[in-house]
Amino acid sequence: MTDRLDRDALARRVAADIPDGAYVNLGIGAPTLVADHLPPGSEVILHTENGMLGMGPAPAPGDVDPDLVNAGKLAVTELPGAAYFHHADSFGMMRGGHLDLCILGAFQVSQTGDLANWSTGAPDAIPAVGGAMDLAIGAKDVYVMTDLLTKGGESKLVETCSYPLTGLGCVTRVYTDRAVFDVTPEGFAVRELFGTTTLDELRELTGLSLTLLPLTEESR
Amino acid sequence: MIDKTVADLREAVAGIADGATVMVGGFGRAGQPVELIDALIDAGASELTIVSNNAGGGDLGLARLIAEGRVRKVVCSFPRQTDSWHFDRAYREGRLELELVPQGNLAERIRAAGAGIGAFYSPTAVGTPLAEGREHREIDGRTYLLEHPIRADVTLISGLRADRWGNVVYRRTARNFAPIMATAARTTVVQVDEIVPLGALDPEAIVTPGIFVDRVVAVGGRRWLRDGAFVGGVDLQGEPLAAPTAELATAQTAGGDR
Repeated sequence: MTDRLDRDALARRVAADIPDGAYVNLGIGAPTLVADHLPPGSEVILHTENGMLGMGPAPAPGDVDPDLVNAGKLAVTELPGAAYFHHADSFGMMRGGHLDLCILGAFQVSQTGDLANWSTGAPDAIPAVGGAMDLAIGAKDVYVMTDLLTKGGESKLVETCSYPLTGLGCVTRVYTDRAVFDVTPEGFAVRELFGTTTLDELRELTGLSLTLLPLTEESR
Repeated sequence: MIDKTVADLREAVAGIADGATVMVGGFGRAGQPVELIDALIDAGASELTIVSNNAGGGDLGLARLIAEGRVRKVVCSFPRQTDSWHFDRAYREGRLELELVPQGNLAERIRAAGAGIGAFYSPTAVGTPLAEGREHREIDGRTYLLEHPIRADVTLISGLRADRWGNVVYRRTARNFAPIMATAARTTVVQVDEIVPLGALDPEAIVTPGIFVDRVVAVGGRRWLRDGAFVGGVDLQGEPLAAPTAELATAQTAGGDR
């Protein structure tokens, strides 16, 4: 399958779009991989909602500090220039529009930018939301990073989300293993196609009437 | 003379009644006041309402409080973890009630309580199942939800150092909810590694001023620090690594406090 990007390649692709100097929150799961692919020398400042700016990579095993974790409760490190703050300040940074970008995973994204990523709505599941709803509406831009299809082959890009929503009209761009999509007033617009993927294939896989951004045609 | 220090953990949690609402600091293990929770278990209070980001992991601290059947209700953002088996069981058996609150709203509701705010509007959770039945309001073209403050009878938190006036400094991301929870309870109890003389804390660096603190108890240094400097050699739960290699030990010494 040469027409799809693997997770690392996708993380590299997302990282390439993050401007130097941006304040960025990387969601739990695949988005955390983006940190490993930021261009060397660029100063992208990572925010973790449990109270830190300037988060660095995971430590060596003997250097794990139980007082220094990320939002996924995994061990991280502190970069020169890092700052700590309490939870209300941390979420004020988000809600107040100070964060440039948030990169999240998704179960579904609708063509109006609605996001579903916290619950599948299964009746027997124990509900847990964490910071998902705050993150979804908090940053200036919300990018979603995900496979286009579920393991069952269903499109994660949909007309209307069937899973419980995390936020309304909050997603601005979706990076998938087959293409990059912008959320526009006319629905999803394909920004970039990966490998041999074509617009017609994407229309068939998603069942959506996708448009092609002019930018895409130029760049092909 | 003001002296908020108490002699031991038993005294630190004295007077917490059955049915009390107790805020518990921490984000997972980081900043969780495990020693105070153990003392609360020993003191015997039950039917508690716990306000905390999580509902305990593993078998210690908050998880043990739930396992011992002392908790009637949990107000939190993220109860479900890979190791939250005690909460999971109690919840599934209907032994406790859950109020799920998005993390930022949880923080702001606690902050509001401490700051004397009657209620506020937040954009978080609009359009989601958590907004059902709630008061919505449009302000300048954006929709918000009405949020009420969360107050507590007692707050239990963990800091790094404090003085007898109750001024507190924290360590790294173990700070998390502690500074706001300190403001939102009738009685705030802080466990710290050590109590230092008045004047020893840099006034510019104090995070929680003593006005918010009622009791301070020293519980001894954390395992991954020596004389205040980071030495590592533990896992995420703070448990010693099985058998550190000579190479690792050298690396730790060279690493110093980062």
